Amino acid sequence: MKRYALRVFSLVAALGLWQALTSLNVDLWLRFSQFPTVTDVARAFAARLSGPDYWTDLTDSLTRILAGFLLAAVLGVATGVLVARSRLAEDLLGPVLEVIRPIPAIALVPVAILLFPSNEQGIVFITFTAAFFPVLVSTRHAVRALTPVWEEAVRTMGGGRWRILGSVVLPGALPGVFGGLSVGIGVSWICVISAEMISGQYGVGYRTWQDYTVVDYPGVFVGMVTIGVLGWLTSTAVELLGRRLTRWLPRTAYVPGARPPRPAGSARPAPAAPTAGKGGSAPEEARDEHLV
Amino acid sequence: MSTSSETVPSTVSETAVAASPIRGTRLTLTAARLGRPGAPALDGVGLDIAAGEILTVVGPSGCGKSTLLRTLAGLLSPLAGDITEDRRPLTGPSADRALVFQEDALLPWRTLRANVELPLAIRGVPRAERREQAQAWLERVGLASQARQLPHRVSGGQRQRAQLARALAGRPRAVLMDEPFGALDAQTRAGMQDLLVEVLRGTGATVVFVTHDVDEALFLGDRVALLGAGGLVAVRDVPRPRDRGAHDDPARLALRRDVLTSLGT
Repeated sequence: MKRYALRVFSLVAALGLWQALTSLNVDLWLRFSQFPTVTDVARAFAARLSGPDYWTDLTDSLTRILAGFLLAAVLGVATGVLVARSRLAEDLLGPVLEVIRPIPAIALVPVAILLFPSNEQGIVFITFTAAFFPVLVSTRHAVRALTPVWEEAVRTMGGGRWRILGSVVLPGALPGVFGGLSVGIGVSWICVISAEMISGQYGVGYRTWQDYTVVDYPGVFVGMVTIGVLGWLTSTAVELLGRRLTRWLPRTAYVPGARPPRPAGSARPAPAAPTAGKGGSAPEEARDEHLV
Repeated sequence: MSTSSETVPSTVSETAVAASPIRGTRLTLTAARLGRPGAPALDGVGLDIAAGEILTVVGPSGCGKSTLLRTLAGLLSPLAGDITEDRRPLTGPSADRALVFQEDALLPWRTLRANVELPLAIRGVPRAERREQAQAWLERVGLASQARQLPHRVSGGQRQRAQLARALAGRPRAVLMDEPFGALDAQTRAGMQDLLVEVLRGTGATVVFVTHDVDEALFLGDRVALLGAGGLVAVRDVPRPRDRGAHDDPARLALRRDVLTSLGT
């Protein structure tokens, strides 16, 4: 509860500072005199909310980002697993992927315009490319870092390639995959907005750029606030889903927003880190004495 | 972890899973060189492990005990020589030969019961049936009430018991154990040894049990194989019956001394 109060306070304080600087027309080295005040932006926001365009822009942007991001999630995980598990795939795909990876997705706008019949598909393509590489790279690392005995155990139970994939590789790599998805959704927003600014029709990015060209600064800020809130909501959704699917992970005592340890352990301190099994050097030394 | 939770379950449930014994496999190594290419750990190993016997393998750290076991499991191929299972050459891992690891090999995202269900699922046992069998195996190793816990929520000894249940649930004809109690404290360890003898009784499976604890090897084994640097040193028969208290039995003391001398310590 106290933490939520702090979070709200932090947002309110930032808005208050903004309002103070702009309404007082502070003009030191940074110039706030031309800057719209919070109340200007709020008024513009209210006007937009009642118009039809705002909601069209919103759904257009969301559709684009979801399409691109979901494609990137599926293909990124698939390619990451393939490259990590197969030497042939690594040799065949690795070089191509590594050459494409450093190119900023937004620099692919000309490629998208050449490749796709409509702007819409081009924007989805750019969003996809942006999220694809973080997902691919995290998946590849997560799969390579899997504990070898998990796989060996399943093999000695008679499990084959697909069983290992389904029962060991995918669930075991999930924490790392979600790391990539979290980064990916953030980069997706950057790219969907930029792509809309360059080549879109409708969409939050398109609208923001339009407002800028007609010198409607409060409108520009409405766009920016919208992007901020949508970005925050989507990355929270990814984060929550990730936490839900990886609840099996042993947690340290402090996890932001996590549920407290099971009520049964009320008398216990933090959920104890796995101690035995990974038992350190002490039992090792004790054992060696048996041979002496 | 409390001592009481680590003791052997007093009543062993007579469930269907435990009843029908299986025929153990005979594992034979002939002039085998084992290890990774370029770094052979053992050479000239000749060993005939009879169906249904408990063979313990003892030797100092790094002498190739794990290599021997992984080769028998089919995870490593021999560099030279022959390895057969019931006179047929051994090719790759199979559900016939279950491996119990020293380290945590339970899948951490599966509950203990879901871990024990895994070999049954791989064998295609229907869901309801495998749930029932898994629960019965957990009961046999004294973990019935922890069935729905995740591995990191239970103690190291309990995790190893769950690993044992998982290995046996697949009804393997050979159980290969790689220092399974190595990381446990002495008290838990004695309990686990008793439990192992109890659970194995009547399964008929061949057991190869690797340890670097001579007393554990002598307590559990029908025979003890002694590994030294580079190869097999000797194989000794162990007098029966099994008795933890018989430390002052002269024959046993003589054997212990003999084993320690052969290992060069």
